[in-house]
Amino acid sequence: MRRFSFAALLAEAANAHQGWGRQWRNPEPKRSYDIVVVGAGGHGLATAYYLASVHGITNVAVLEKGWLGGGNTGRNTTIIRSNYLYDESAGIYEHAVKLWEGLSQELNYNVMFSQRGVMMLAHNQHDVQSLKRHIYANRLNGVDNEWLTPEQAKDFCPPLNISPDLRYPVIGAALQRRGGVARHDAVAWGYARAADARGVDIIQNCEVTGLRRGPNGAISGVETTRGFIGARRVGVVAAGHTSVIMSMADVRMPIESYPLQALVSEPVKPVFPCVVMSNAVHAYISQSDKGELVIGAGTDQYTSYSQQGGLHITTHTLDAILELFPQFSRMRMLRNWGGIVDVTPDRSPIIGKTPIEGLYVNCGWGTGGFKATPGSGHVFAHTLATGEPHKINAPFTLDRFYTGRLIDEAAAAAVAH
Amino acid sequence: MLLIDCPYCGPRPEVEFRCGGEAHIARPAQPADMDDKAWAEFLFIRSNPKGVHAERWIHQHGCQRWFNALRDTYTDAFIETYEMGTKPSRLPDGRTTR
Amino acid sequence: MKQDYRLAKGGRIDRARPLSVTFNGRRLFGFAGDTLASLLLANGQHLVGRSFKYHRPRGVLSHGSDEPNALLAVDRGPGRIDPNNRASMVEARDGLVARSQNHWPSLDFDVGAVNDALAPLFPAGFYYKTFMWPRAFWDRLYEPAIRAAAGLGEAPSSPDPDRYAHRHAHCDVLIVGGGPAGLAAALAASATDKSVILADEGAELGGALLHESSATIDGAPAAQWLAETVKTLIGRANLTLLPRTTAFGYYNHNHVALIERLADHLAAPPPDLARERLWQVRAREVVLATGAHERPLIFADNDRPGIMLAESVRAFINRYAVAPGRRIVFATSGASAYSAAADAKAAGVDVALVDIRREEACRADAAALRAMGCEVLTGHTIIGSTGRKRVSGLIVAPIDGQAKVGARRTLDCDCVGLSGGWTPAVHLFSQSRGALRFEPAIDGFVPDRAAQAVRSAGASGGTYPLSACLTEGFAAGAAAAGAPAARSFAASATRVGFQPARALPTSRDAKRVKAFVDFQNDVTAKDVKLAVNEGFESIEHVKRYTTTGMATDQGKTSNMNALALAADALGKPIPQVGTTTFRPPYTPVSFAAIVGPSRGSLFDPVRKTPIYDWAAERGAKFENVSLWRRAWYFPKPGEDMHAAVARECKAARGAVGLFDGSTLGKIEVVGPDAAEFMNRMYINSWTKLEPGRCRYGVMLKEDGYILDDGVVARLAPDRFHVTTTTGGAARVLNHMEDYLQTEWPHLDVFLTSITEQWAVIAVQGPKARETIAPLVAGVDLSNEAFPHMSVRACRILGAPCRLFRVSFTGEVGYEINVPSDFGRAVWEAVYERGQAFGITPYGTEAMHVLRAERGFIIVGQETDGTMTPDDVGLAGMIAKAKPDFVGKRSLARPDLVAPGRKQLVGLLTEDPNLVLDEGAQIVENPAMPIPMRMIGHVTSSYWSANCGRSIALAMIADGRNLMGRTLHATVAAGFASVKVSAPVFVDPKGERVHG
Repeated sequence: MRRFSFAALLAEAANAHQGWGRQWRNPEPKRSYDIVVVGAGGHGLATAYYLASVHGITNVAVLEKGWLGGGNTGRNTTIIRSNYLYDESAGIYEHAVKLWEGLSQELNYNVMFSQRGVMMLAHNQHDVQSLKRHIYANRLNGVDNEWLTPEQAKDFCPPLNISPDLRYPVIGAALQRRGGVARHDAVAWGYARAADARGVDIIQNCEVTGLRRGPNGAISGVETTRGFIGARRVGVVAAGHTSVIMSMADVRMPIESYPLQALVSEPVKPVFPCVVMSNAVHAYISQSDKGELVIGAGTDQYTSYSQQGGLHITTHTLDAILELFPQFSRMRMLRNWGGIVDVTPDRSPIIGKTPIEGLYVNCGWGTGGFKATPGSGHVFAHTLATGEPHKINAPFTLDRFYTGRLIDEAAAAAVAH
Repeated sequence: MLLIDCPYCGPRPEVEFRCGGEAHIARPAQPADMDDKAWAEFLFIRSNPKGVHAERWIHQHGCQRWFNALRDTYTDAFIETYEMGTKPSRLPDGRTTR
Repeated sequence: MKQDYRLAKGGRIDRARPLSVTFNGRRLFGFAGDTLASLLLANGQHLVGRSFKYHRPRGVLSHGSDEPNALLAVDRGPGRIDPNNRASMVEARDGLVARSQNHWPSLDFDVGAVNDALAPLFPAGFYYKTFMWPRAFWDRLYEPAIRAAAGLGEAPSSPDPDRYAHRHAHCDVLIVGGGPAGLAAALAASATDKSVILADEGAELGGALLHESSATIDGAPAAQWLAETVKTLIGRANLTLLPRTTAFGYYNHNHVALIERLADHLAAPPPDLARERLWQVRAREVVLATGAHERPLIFADNDRPGIMLAESVRAFINRYAVAPGRRIVFATSGASAYSAAADAKAAGVDVALVDIRREEACRADAAALRAMGCEVLTGHTIIGSTGRKRVSGLIVAPIDGQAKVGARRTLDCDCVGLSGGWTPAVHLFSQSRGALRFEPAIDGFVPDRAAQAVRSAGASGGTYPLSACLTEGFAAGAAAAGAPAARSFAASATRVGFQPARALPTSRDAKRVKAFVDFQNDVTAKDVKLAVNEGFESIEHVKRYTTTGMATDQGKTSNMNALALAADALGKPIPQVGTTTFRPPYTPVSFAAIVGPSRGSLFDPVRKTPIYDWAAERGAKFENVSLWRRAWYFPKPGEDMHAAVARECKAARGAVGLFDGSTLGKIEVVGPDAAEFMNRMYINSWTKLEPGRCRYGVMLKEDGYILDDGVVARLAPDRFHVTTTTGGAARVLNHMEDYLQTEWPHLDVFLTSITEQWAVIAVQGPKARETIAPLVAGVDLSNEAFPHMSVRACRILGAPCRLFRVSFTGEVGYEINVPSDFGRAVWEAVYERGQAFGITPYGTEAMHVLRAERGFIIVGQETDGTMTPDDVGLAGMIAKAKPDFVGKRSLARPDLVAPGRKQLVGLLTEDPNLVLDEGAQIVENPAMPIPMRMIGHVTSSYWSANCGRSIALAMIADGRNLMGRTLHATVAAGFASVKVSAPVFVDPKGERVHG
């Protein structure tokens, strides 16, 4: 792997940049691998990278039906935070944030992780109670999160409208200063390059069409558009298509796939210094390094694989954005797109074993998977390497839906009384 | 925004409707007789196909009646809508029923 | 008034209506009909901005919505400043103020231009390779610097005074584009009885016909045909013509979004006129006639001000009567530029033309132009350009048969017109999810299989000759209207056809020159090549790595060039490299237009009870609870919230309190099977509940967790009056309807929401009975006749009343339900009558305190969607004998019966004056290291004036076994000791309610 650095950039500048090699190979698939990861999004590529770097398992293929990073990794609004309520959630997301903090250096790829702070707004007494519950739980879990008055919130984010005359006035906020954003594509590329350098085969344009099982019922490999590829273990990390892939092995999942839309504005000079989220009015917003306001909308109400949603969802989101940030009224929407999010009944992911021996799944991240990328890949690599979950992902079993041990972050945010 | 053909009112914009998820998952007659696995499957397991999906809708801001629909989840095109308690003219797997 | 480059005659501008605008502080003159772009060019102002990355001087490239360079801040007065307006789309009007962007200190002298010299350090994706050391510098130094450099204009800094409108429309045929194909489609479609809408982004209908000076249609000059056609169309009552209207989004089921610009072109817009209007059109059929975009040629320094698209040169001359230069060189690989050159020459401009193609490929056109006295070089390549803030020459060289580049020659010029071919505008077709097909004959993607009821006509479908566009448009319009018809148009031949041009051959080192592909994002041919060399092989990867096509023009002029360059570099045919999926919007759309009137008070409706005004008149403070605005507390002069709530709470226990409970959800469950239905929906049993009696009911979701609660009254054997929480009303009705209609349709039950029909006035306290006694008629209020948890139909002040004897305070209580119209009158009468007892209105905060003193839960506060009845101490209410109810089976799941679940308890702080935060976490041992084991959290916490101390409710693991134990709750800093108690703090035996 050609090491990236300012010195290398200088040297290549003199060389008209002719010396940069490929960031990853374009290998032909081998007949079999120790481990096949299905899905070359951020989570799948991170899984492959940690398999190689932590567990020394390099006979690994990552299969991607399209182009790597082309699913939700390249379509999300890149918010990173770990201020979740439950111990299990705080555990995995905080694990991820800690990895994010050194990721550019570890991968030798600038993923532009920017800890500009994630601020969640409270609009009613119930929000206050809920956010404070989070803040206290986070404190005891070693996750930073602090309460701000409306005035402090405005100091932190000057465009915020804290007028008490708002339909839903801002009456406080919870701020995680270590939260932030990153450059989504770079995360996929950085992991791909680092995994490839350690010998992982990343095979694009290779769609999985079947999961093959041996005589003992255990997984023996995957059928693909480029032929059969044998594997001792298969990890499915195909957000948006989990149900489709798992149904190939007749495993039915507690998952529904919904369109999730996002949009960006035209780029402008720095005007928005942090990330702001409001659950009550359904909006989240930040500004990218390129200057675009990046705005997330809610999911559509029906399941769909179309990567397209309705205009009314976008409209509703922008309603909320202009309530909170009226100065952006004349800003213009530049691009609006959709992804497919796999949603579980308790809105928490499933990371671990399936009923089929050798088949593992990492899915169900809903609308918030990007933030977990390094942590998710790290613990899933452990699971694939050892056959057993890491203690951090141990609670995120498929089995919990059968026993009732749900990790319901959405319910914990509760409902207005 | 989808255009949904309410069997009772005719085509109306999606914002008048609420989607109720997968159709034809009847509530078991004797829940107490079911083991935990079967009950969890009733509660949580969904087919979630990429393709034709039978699903429930209610015309919330209209006649307030529930009905079923077949919709292709890849194209979002409705194939048909039909009344509760009835079967579609074709099944999600493509077989016809009437 | 001088306009150096304005032609003496011609154009569609109105010379009788002169106007002036201010550009970077300079007053410039023009005419009505000008765009900012044409006006600037009329004044010789080619330099209009600085590029994104290298801060290179840039000028107007195009005359249309594909403009990548000329992005201006437009200032229409206070609050009306916005960035990134395409000069080619802003109609000039008197007094308009515009400024260029992305430079410091000035457009002419920009320090940022140093980036141009440092460009070798800034290839595509350079930022992924550096800025990583030392780590702390990213947040403090590198990223702020990158951010400051990025972005184009400045975001508006104040609220927007303008108004925006929404309109929804249905039509049989929506035609997008008012060029020749769209107009012909409109002629055909509107000749039927179908309803038709035609939208065009321009100020005038006509598209390319607006600058077509030589062609004839059906024997008439194009302009005359256009005028007559528009006149005909205006006369068609079934046709809505929408100029200045861009169809920007094509969604499911032929839902198309249009943005109509209503006011920006007016010098003095009427104050009541919306600035923009969003149309959401549901069309049976859509005809896309959106034209095509011209491609620039790719060669070194192809971005200097004065270098523009050839067709745009033609448009500026013919439509706006502006010569963009005194000596214009056209550089082309196709035929259409010859028409531009001829029109320029005819306008008196000195013209030369360089054709990439060999002489035999363009002999006739070349000869015709030469005959006009123009120099025409065929078989030449472009090596580069000279000049800095304005092009001063085009460096060309012959290419021989072996593709060898010959001697260079510089053609002096002050303007260059580029034509590298055309790209059909398939954006909307692609958004509609139609499949695209690469058509080698026109080197572009064209619509293939449609996914919705849509058809393309004319250039957007890959058809370029004028007569064919008209014929095709007519046929498409007729077919879309369901009346297939054909008509041929006799149009003079137009110059079409081009040879695909990639990076032009050059004798310079292609690895070191800047040949721009995406002008706005400063992406060069070598950037695309670098991306491919680094393994970015999908066009989506190339786009994302280089940012080509990601700028505000969304790559209208650059996408095909970038794709072709990537394909060349990969050695693959174009279709294998793919095209990107187009996303809405076609051109950027203001947030405000999308939002429309949903601002301020219309953001979300406010629900108010009949008592709201009374409370507001008395200075009540309100809180938002779902859509309702509820009286929170009633401060007297000088009182803070704490004092007011304490006073209200004491009054309710000491005398009588008055509370507005109208927001409670109310549902009437009626029918022969009503009791059976209730049995299935609630954990309780209803069979034996006598008419006239009430019962507190709890409802679960099928997963076993509490959904809602409330008092239910049985009014008659077949009639229940159900109450729900304020926020849960709609949820509960939906839940009930779902089961009734889809699981148990055989049950004969009707559900009716009656929330808004009944005002609810709660009278609570020892003096409650005395307060209401004189007001009610037809009911015996005695304890024996009307005990706690009863309901009676009676009259109050003559109004019909459902009188409930219920209590959410633990005191004797009545809830007077009267039709909403009587609500305020009855409230006032009760208030008046209660004066003798010191009646005190109380708000939701006191209500919360009073119920917490008695340990009554609030769903959504004690519960959070993961609590079972047993968790909150209500297991005793479950009707054991019932074989089934919604959620029953789930209560038996292993983890719902496992030990260690959180249970409702009371907490008393060691310091009685300390009021814990709701949401505080509970630990057993505050000395544990982090992460600490949390065993529960505080759900409710108040100062209780009645107890003279703070009280709290909490959900604590195995809490009922921890009575009397000391635990520790988080406070702002550290922990406070608390003692676990029963969740009841007043009247533990619950006797007062019967009083």
